[in-house]
Amino acid sequence: MSLFFIVALPFFGALLPGLMNSAGRAATAGVTFTVSLAAFLGLLTNLPSVLAGEVVVARVDWMPLLGLNFSLMLDGLGFFFALLILGIGLLIIAYARHYLSRDDNMGQFFTYLLLFQGAMVGIVLSDNILLLLVFWELTSLSSFLLIGYWKHLPEGRQGARMALTVTGMGGLAMIGGMLILGQIVGSYDLSVILQQRDLIQADPMYVPALILILLGCFTKSAQFPFHFWLPHAMAAPTPVSAYLHSATMVKAGIFLMARMWPVLSGTPEWVMIVTSAGLITMVLGAVIGLFKHDLKALLAFSTVSHLGLITMLLGTGTAFGAMAAMFHILNHATFKAALFMSAGIIDHEAHTRDIRRLGGLRKLMPVTFVIASLAALSMAGIPLLNGFLSKEMMLEEAHHTVLFDTPWLVPGLATFGALFSAAYCFRLIGHVFFGPVRDDYPAKPHDPGAGLWLPPAILVSLVVLIGVAPFVAEPFVKLVTASVLGTAAEVPDAHFKIWHGFTPALYMSIIATIGGLVVLALFKPALRLWDAAPRPEAKVIFDAIVAAAVGLARKLILPLHNGAFTRYAAIGSVVIVAVGYHAWTTGTVAPQTRDMLPAGPVPIAGWLMLVVATIGLVFMHRNRFLSLILIGIVGLMVSVGFVFFSAPDLAMTQFTVEVVTIILLLLALNFLPNQTPIESSALRRARDIGVAVIGGLAAFGLSYHFMLRDAVATPISEFHLANSYKGGGGTNVVNVILVDFRGFDTYGEIIVLGIAALLIYALTETLLDGPVRARLLNRKPTHRRAGDEHPMMMVVLTRGIMPVVLMVGFYIFLRGHNDPGGGFIAGLIVSIAVVMQYMASGFGWASARLKYPYHGVIGAGVLIAGLTGIGAWFFGKPFLTSAFTYVRIPPFYKFELATAALFDLGVFLAVVGAVMLSLESFSRLARQATSGPSNEHPMDIDPSRDEDPQETSEKEAV
Amino acid sequence: MIAAQGLLDIALGVVFVTLVLGQFLSMVRLVMGPTSGDRILALDTMVINALGLVVVLGIKQGVQIYFEVSLLIAMLGFVSTVAMARFILRGDIIE
Repeated sequence: MSLFFIVALPFFGALLPGLMNSAGRAATAGVTFTVSLAAFLGLLTNLPSVLAGEVVVARVDWMPLLGLNFSLMLDGLGFFFALLILGIGLLIIAYARHYLSRDDNMGQFFTYLLLFQGAMVGIVLSDNILLLLVFWELTSLSSFLLIGYWKHLPEGRQGARMALTVTGMGGLAMIGGMLILGQIVGSYDLSVILQQRDLIQADPMYVPALILILLGCFTKSAQFPFHFWLPHAMAAPTPVSAYLHSATMVKAGIFLMARMWPVLSGTPEWVMIVTSAGLITMVLGAVIGLFKHDLKALLAFSTVSHLGLITMLLGTGTAFGAMAAMFHILNHATFKAALFMSAGIIDHEAHTRDIRRLGGLRKLMPVTFVIASLAALSMAGIPLLNGFLSKEMMLEEAHHTVLFDTPWLVPGLATFGALFSAAYCFRLIGHVFFGPVRDDYPAKPHDPGAGLWLPPAILVSLVVLIGVAPFVAEPFVKLVTASVLGTAAEVPDAHFKIWHGFTPALYMSIIATIGGLVVLALFKPALRLWDAAPRPEAKVIFDAIVAAAVGLARKLILPLHNGAFTRYAAIGSVVIVAVGYHAWTTGTVAPQTRDMLPAGPVPIAGWLMLVVATIGLVFMHRNRFLSLILIGIVGLMVSVGFVFFSAPDLAMTQFTVEVVTIILLLLALNFLPNQTPIESSALRRARDIGVAVIGGLAAFGLSYHFMLRDAVATPISEFHLANSYKGGGGTNVVNVILVDFRGFDTYGEIIVLGIAALLIYALTETLLDGPVRARLLNRKPTHRRAGDEHPMMMVVLTRGIMPVVLMVGFYIFLRGHNDPGGGFIAGLIVSIAVVMQYMASGFGWASARLKYPYHGVIGAGVLIAGLTGIGAWFFGKPFLTSAFTYVRIPPFYKFELATAALFDLGVFLAVVGAVMLSLESFSRLARQATSGPSNEHPMDIDPSRDEDPQETSEKEAV
Repeated sequence: MIAAQGLLDIALGVVFVTLVLGQFLSMVRLVMGPTSGDRILALDTMVINALGLVVVLGIKQGVQIYFEVSLLIAMLGFVSTVAMARFILRGDIIE
């Protein structure tokens, strides 16, 4: 199967569980399993070529100019990790099906899981480091969703946030490192980068790149000092822990180190940073893990410790170390996933994971006991289990590694870590399964159904198989190692054997095992010592750092960004004027090239009216209704001004927007006092007046200056005028700009418009759900209310004019391409026609006759516009390329058909929907306020009705 | 005999002056008030005058593309007046 499908399957499949949610739990899990299985089988079809040593590639140019290509490759390393991700993923899905309770939203869980799976597979198959970064971030995001899956648990939410913060910051650092790497090599393709070892290591930017990339790897793989997030992420459901935190996500960092091994490793910097980080993590994790009472916390720290072990092996920079690391990844994935699942079983059956409350489960849960013990013994490094083999190799490698010129440092610390590792494994077995059977378990423990124990059992059988017959795994591990090493080194000629003879590694292993037993025997005094010792609590430190960062950000931002519009306006005006003044004083001023135009009496009169209205507005703005009327004058004069300067399109838009705005503001004014109170001090107002006057004068000066001179650059309008008819098929340049030249802008704008309207709707709904509802219901009108609710004259008038207005709207819409008009104006016209009906016959009457919800209208508009744009793809053209043709259907004249008209239809619908949705939302608030009976008749007095409406309602009441 | 064009020019001049004067007086009424009803009515008169101005501008410049603007003003101009009147009378413009 093509690599594209393997990566794409989980992503597309992620839609299915959510859709299948109502079909039942078995169906949801089944479809998820099928998707994963398909990807898994697809991967296996590539096995023969991988075994033959080939590298399978698939490539599509995505953004070649940025060096970002959708190129995938599958070599031994990628195959190995993809196998782990998909194979263990299958087991996890089967396990999760039985683990999740009926209260959990299974569709959501599996959707997240598949998203995560797709992102992981994407990482390991990427052949482009930018693409890899995209998938890398996707794993951070999807793991955030998975860790925080139990949204009701504060630990889950906090753990998810912490994981996202740490891995997200690491991801940011890694982006920097990868970009440097790409700059050095001149290509972002991994296969190219991996060939350039000498070039990269000789570059002065090698060390920064290395540190940045390692930051990404260390945060993801929970290496010291970023190890603290992993235990907190254990608040996730156990299948998530088993999948993300044992087999997949935390291995992503290690995968990347292995991937970059041929070019980054081998330098002193690499050895020092990676080996010491790994070593510290390994020891630290093992020691902390021993003293954890939560079963999953213990396993989490043991994971941290083992990740440190693998990191250390990669850090040594030798081929043998890399091979040992690969082998241990395989072994760790098998036994750790099995252990996590066993922990989940115990939690599921005994309702606690606290080791102090467990014990004696050996007799009560024999199957779980066997599975967990085998896995734990493997982790402790007991012979005949796979953990022993890779640990021997680790100790062997540690024996040869010298750090800081101290030969005993690495082997000593490695043995120490292994000792504690053995100790916590023994503690796990001893304190959970052995000991007397207790009678105070929170629930009666017993072995679960096969659905829960079979997946870990399969993994444990692998543990035993590899442990007994290591030669089974040898060729595969060597194949993987070969692709890690690339051309940098030869695969070591060492065989995987249980018995190597009496080697130093064996002695170290024996010391560790016996030492582990001794530590367990001394556990109680050791625990007392541990509890007494002061330790830094990672979460407290993390929270303090985050709080400090937030505080700093507040201090920096709040003075500028405090939510008050006046402040933004003031800051904006001052800055713009200052910059403009700087430009004016330092730049060159071109001489005047144009003469003043004569001003006739009519423009002067219009100008005077504008001035009077604006000044009146400034002085009377505290009377809200009066200022609304004055705004009406300004709008009217501006519309006439547009006509005077030959811009009928603008005039029509301005006028219709004016009407809608007044209606909107009147609806809002209904809830506001008629007077604006004086809230700011005189000094402050004086300052604001100063800013306003300076801003106004500057705008005047700039316009005056600009209009007396020719533009510095050639105006783009020349291009628009020349190409509007030729290229866009329309003679109305304004409309062609909107739907063609700048169609993408328009598309974005109608989306924003729709979002704004939806927000108004959402806010209204929230208001009506909250305590405001009661206040609205109890609102009494401040004045005596006069007249009819639904006057007959208005009803008759608006009903009569409605078809006319719709007709005009339709006409304006159709002619828009060649004459003033278009979808936007038509949308406003039609909205006004509908609003008139609301005003005349009331909200209840109008909305009862409403067939389509306005949200749907907005959505349909955006969809139509988008689909029109996508349509261009089918003709091999870029998004939103327009086409037009002229047709002649007798008996009509020749007329034009343009895709731009379809796009304009989308604009039209979005405008109608957005305007109506926001107006409707506002009037819903008022509906709650009046709380009168909803009106079924269009008007209060209707001669054609026999009875008085008052009587009708009384009759109905009887 | 005055040429037709000359007559038109004179007529246009008179109409312009009348409309602008009307516009200005409406504005005075709007600022003076005294009641909100007066102001709404003044604004409505201004809308009508603006409609006239647009039509006359079209005639003067000899183009017909301004016609739709005046159509829109004529058709929809009353809506804001009605809305304001409803606001004064009932407080709530959509009941």
